This record gives sequence, C-alpha cells and structure tokens, in this order.
Amino acid sequence: MIRPDAELLLEINDLHASVEDKPILNGVTLHLKAGEIHAVMGRNGSGKSTLSKVLAGHPAYRVTSGSVRYLGRDLLELEPEERSRLGIFLGFQYPIEIPGVSNLEFLRVSTNARRQNKGQGELDTFDFDDHVRERLQVVQMDPAFLERSVNEGFSGGEKKRNEILQMALLDPVVAILDETDSGLDIDALRIVAGGVNQLASPDNCTLLITHYQRLLDEIIPDYVHVMAAGRILRTGGSELALELEKTGYDWVDQQLAAEGVG
Amino acid sequence: MTSTSTRDLVSQPYKYGFVTDIETDKIAKGLSEEVVRLISSKKNEPEFLLNFRLKAYRHWLKLREPNWAELGYNEINYQDIVYYAAPKQQDKKKSLDEVDPKLLETFEKLGIPLSEQKRLSNVAVDAVFDSVSIATTYKEKLAEHGVVFCSFSEAVVEHPELIEKYLGSVVPSNDNYFAALNSAVFSDGSFVFIPKGVECPMELSTYFRINSGDTGQFERTLIVAEEGASVSYLEGCTAPMFDTNQLHAAVVELVVLDDASIKYSTVQNWYAGDENGIGGIYNFVTKRGQCRGVRSRISWTQVETGSAITWKYPSCVLQGADSVGEFYSVALTNNRQQADTGTKMVHIGPRTRSTIVSKGISAGQSSNSYRGLVQVGPNAKGARNYSQCDSMLIGDQAAANTYPYIRSQQPQSAIEHEASTCRMSEDQLFYLQSRGIGFEEAVSMMVSGFCRDVFNQLPMEFAAEADKLLALKLEGSVG
Ligand SMILES: Nc1ncnc2c1ncn2[C@@H]1O[C@H](COP(=O)(O)OP(=O)(O)O)[C@@H](O)[C@H]1O
Ligand SMILES: [Mg+2]
Repeated sequence: MIRPDAELLLEINDLHASVEDKPILNGVTLHLKAGEIHAVMGRNGSGKSTLSKVLAGHPAYRVTSGSVRYLGRDLLELEPEERSRLGIFLGFQYPIEIPGVSNLEFLRVSTNARRQNKGQGELDTFDFDDHVRERLQVVQMDPAFLERSVNEGFSGGEKKRNEILQMALLDPVVAILDETDSGLDIDALRIVAGGVNQLASPDNCTLLITHYQRLLDEIIPDYVHVMAAGRILRTGGSELALELEKTGYDWVDQQLAAEGVG
Repeated sequence: MTSTSTRDLVSQPYKYGFVTDIETDKIAKGLSEEVVRLISSKKNEPEFLLNFRLKAYRHWLKLREPNWAELGYNEINYQDIVYYAAPKQQDKKKSLDEVDPKLLETFEKLGIPLSEQKRLSNVAVDAVFDSVSIATTYKEKLAEHGVVFCSFSEAVVEHPELIEKYLGSVVPSNDNYFAALNSAVFSDGSFVFIPKGVECPMELSTYFRINSGDTGQFERTLIVAEEGASVSYLEGCTAPMFDTNQLHAAVVELVVLDDASIKYSTVQNWYAGDENGIGGIYNFVTKRGQCRGVRSRISWTQVETGSAITWKYPSCVLQGADSVGEFYSVALTNNRQQADTGTKMVHIGPRTRSTIVSKGISAGQSSNSYRGLVQVGPNAKGARNYSQCDSMLIGDQAAANTYPYIRSQQPQSAIEHEASTCRMSEDQLFYLQSRGIGFEEAVSMMVSGFCRDVFNQLPMEFAAEADKLLALKLEGSVG
C-alpha cells in the first residue's frame, strides 16, 4: 500500500558490492517505505540474491561503496545478528541445513533475541511452545517439523515454509524474501503467499525477489523493479511484471548493450 | 562491514592458568631406582608395593616410547622431570580445618569448594594437588554404606589387601611404556571400593590439579565394584599456564564383578598451550576396565578439551558373559593441539556388547584422530558392536582422521561401523546469525548439537558444564 506520508524504512543508495573482488552490485538504489511491497525481478545471475545477502550482512560480500540506512541507522555497520534483532529478515533462497540443532530450540533462541530487542520479555520453553504452535498456522505447517534438526532432510517446500514460520515469529520491519516461491507446488505457493500477505502490515515492508509472475498473482506488489547486471534497470507498478511475462527480458539485453554494459 | 570468519576462532584465555604460591616438598629432578625407592619410602609403603614399583621401573628401562600415534612433539627428557612434589603440611589431615587455606582457596577458585558449608551437596570430592590428595569430602557418610572413597595413599595404609589384590590386575605394570612409568613412580590418586549389592549413594569425583612447572603428574586410580554394586565417578583436571610442557601419565583401572556397573566420566581441561603451541600438558593416559562378571557394565564418557598432546584409549575387556562396554567421547582440539584418542573393546565372553560413539571437533591448526579397536575372540559367540565416529572441522586448516581397527575370530558376531565428516560452514553460521543468534552462540549451538549423543551420557550436574566448556574453548576472536 503506497502512502505519501509513510515512513521511509530502508534506504539503499548507489550500493556497490563485490565477492572475491568481483563486482556484483553496481549501484543499486531502492527506497522502501512502511506498508509497501516491492518486487525485484531479473534473470538468474543478475545479483538479486547478492543484494539480499548484503542487506543481511553475509561476510563473503564486501560493500565497496554506497550506503544503506535503516530506521535512521547505518545498516552496514551492524553484525548480521544485530540486524535481525532490529527487524531485518532474510528468507533464504536456499535455506541451510544444520544437523544436530533442534528446530524448536533454534526458533526459540532466535525469537527471544528479537523480542528482547523490542523490549518484550523472553518466552520460556512452555510459553514459546504455545506461541510457536499458534504461528505454525500462518503456514499450515505440521508441528512434527519442530522436533527435527533445522531444515535437515526437509523438502524444498518444507524449507520455504520454515522460512516463513521464522518470519512470522520474528515479526520483521523489513522482510526480504529471496525466491520464496521456487520449489513450491501451486497449493504450497498459495499457503506461503497467504502467510506473507497476512504478515504484511502498514508498519512493515516486504521486498520480494522472484523471477516468476505467478507469485505476484498472489501477492500484489506496489512496485516492480527489474534488476540486471547488478543494478535496477527499470521500476514500475504491478503491471510491469505482467509486461515482463509477455515480453521476456530481451529488451534488458538491448538496453544494457545500448549503455555499453551488457 | 562485518568480517567474522570461522578461521578466526581461537580459544578464550585459559581460566585456570594461575599458580598457587605454596611451599612444596619436592625431590630433585630425575628418575632412577633411588628415586623410585624414595617415593615409596616417603609414602611409608608396604613391601609389595615397592616391589611392584621396582619391577615396573626395571621393565620401563627396556621399553621404548611408542610412536605409532598421529602425534608430533618435542622429545620428553625423563631426567628433567620432578617425580614427587607435595605441598608442605602435616602428613595426615584429620579434618578439613587442618588443610592449608591456600589449597582450599585454590580449589574454590577452580569451582570445587571443599569446605563443609560450601561443598556440593550430592557429590563427594577427592582433591589431588600435584602428587598428593589433600582432602576427600563425605568420607564418613559413604563409609556408612560400606563405600570406600579415599586417596590412593590412604588406601594403601588402610586397605592394603584390596590394593594388593587389584592393583595391576587390569593394567599390568608392563602393559605399555607410559603405564610402566606410572607404575614405577605414581604418587597419588583415588581409590573406590563399592561392596556387594551397594548402589553408591552419591556421585564420586576426583579433581586433579597440577601446580608445579617442572613436576610430572602420575596418578593412579582404582575402582572396584563388587557383585551387584554400582557407582558413577567423575574426574576433572586443570593446570596452570607454563611455557614448558608437563607430563601427565595416569593409569586408571576398573574392576566390575557380576551384575555390577561403573560409569566413569572425565572432563579433561589441562592447559593446552598457547595459540602457537607453546606450553601445555602432554597427556599420556592408560585407562582400562575389566568386566569380570556376568552382566557387568562399564561406561566411559570423556570430554577431552585440554592438553597439548592427548594419547588416551579408555578400554573395556568384556570377559563376563553378557557384559556391556560403552565409550562416549567428545574430543575438541584447537590451535596447535593434537589428540589421538579412542577406545578398545575386547570381546571375550559370549553375547558381550559394546557401543562406541566418538565426536571429534578440530579447529585452528589442530589435529584430531580417532583410533579404536574392536576385537572379538573365539569364545565371544553372539558378540555385538556398534561404532559411530563423527568428525567436525572448523576452518580449513584443521585435520581429522579416523582409524578403526576390527579383528574378529568369531563368525557369529556383528560389528557395525559408521563414520562421517562434516565442516562447520560459514553459511551455517551466517544462517544462525541472520536469525539474531550471535556468532559465538551459533558456534556453540552447532558444536553442542554435534555432541548431544555424548553429553546426554554425562551425569546431569556436569552436562551443562561440558556445554559451557566447549563454548569457552572455541569462543574468542570474532572479527
Ligand atoms: N559467494 C559467491 N562467490 C562467487 N560468486 C558469486 C557468489 N555469490 C554470487 N556470485 C556471483 O554473482 C552473480 C550474481 O549472483 P546472484 O546474486 O546469486 O544472482 P541471482 O540471485 O540474481 O540469480 C553471479 O554471477 C554469481 O555467480
Ligand atoms: Mg538468487
């Protein structure tokens, strides 16, 4: 929902980042305000996941210039765990398996870290149990997954649901969802999209990374950005996604070639 | 930007590295028959014990230090070691009030309060400082149940017949190089005797403290559980930080008769040396238990986090029919530490069973090897073994090895071995961090998840301790 007076939550300006000295982000500018849903689309390899990991603070990615401000702070100064506690959430394209670490315990420690930051009390194991069972409904997930190790042996779709469950528990201010739709069948897609819609509010914002229109049939974005060669090439409304569906990304190559980038 | 990296993990400064300034009665450096006799006379030992020592010493002279382990270290100069050091105080302390307050303070600093008011309510403790035991708590209460728990030296005086009967009956004095050395010069340690049918009413624990910089520690522990008896025993150890290496060569013998059981747990946290591998304890230990009776059981649980060098294979000789041996181990090495540890399960009696669960964690430039033998003799019909050996690597400069040896002379037996190696990845740590979990907590969550099967075996009071200890060992430099 676009409101002219909405608070600016995340302000990415001319962001450049490299991995192993190879430049991947080449000047990304994006402003996310409260209540808004942004979609970032683009071909494989255009830098979408890199953008999400830089925002979450992955140590392998080095910011070479530009800035990211979050609620008036320099986001790039913060450790990944501090970002999470302050309300940045990254739903991973490929959620990581952590053998031996109980999913329930992981979710509890994580939730309490965020709650503490919000000035809410810690939930003990019993209170957390009630809380997590209630939140499971957001993604219609089987409680049996709580008893397992984090993501270990989960199917692609189960991993994605576990990501959205984490989002539901952490109650983020900025949710970045990287290809949350990939690997989901149509029913699971509806459930996950329903969860994201349910969690979106006038106080938070969502950055959806996808390269399929089908997610955007379920979650209607306020803005669609097209990413190519590590920057935002074009921005439009939700109709831009439909246009991309029809015309594909060939025009992107032409534009990049014309600019001498591609 | 953050620049946290798994490679940056180094251990937190060692918390127990202080030295207690206390007057000691020390003999001159060096080893000879004279020294063996001197130790024996200082302890007023009966003749059988002096003979035991001398025989061991003479045999030791003919042996060579073993070199088959995956360990590299400076040559040990056996003439440069003090073989007996004791804090000066009246020989026999009637009560704790007579123990030097400095010593009580030392143990209190180590988290082992001994005084009447502060001591742990459900654990009896024998505190060993350099070469001697300085105090044993709850002796009287245990005596009411017929349980003997005292220092080895006291046992020699008060129960010589038991010592003569069992000493060297599991680990003969000529067993191996370090066992022979220990048998010649051992100073003190603990003795436990649980009579027939008694379930020991509390946890027993010995805490070993090395204080002197040039003294070796050679302790001897003997635990006997008669028919139907059971006991759970825990051993802990620390030492000050010196830039020289101290030798620790202990022998532990367990004897278990029909239907009896001993659960022996170790949390080993000797000083490990600094990040460049300077200093630290050389830990060469022989631990063996004999399930002599039918349906008897021995369970070794060890959490090995300290020492520059660890050479240790707690073993079970499963003699009695239907007896059970277990070995649960976590060995963590960091910086330049080297560990070569594992177990031997020797199946002699029919239907004997053994379980081995080993978890090795190597960080820094350390090296961590599991070495284990499962041997099934011709009479061990229906014997079964299950082994699981997992290694976790942290960073890309650490090494892990697994050497499982299997020898079976009994076709009707089942031996199963599983092994795995994983690397704690930057992506796993980042995943946890991106959920608000700090780097160090993330490391410790993964490590304790990896070790869960072993920690579950530790006595309740110590499981949480072990968790914290591992976290501490890996904690430190973030960024
Ligand atoms: N950790 C990494 N190491 C090396 N190259 C990487 C790494 N992460 C991303 N890249 C490279 O950066 C480019 C963008 O990748 P990515 O951000 O994953 O794109 P997208 O998510 O849009 O498909 C690709 O060429 C990819 O190979
Ligand atoms: Mg991607």
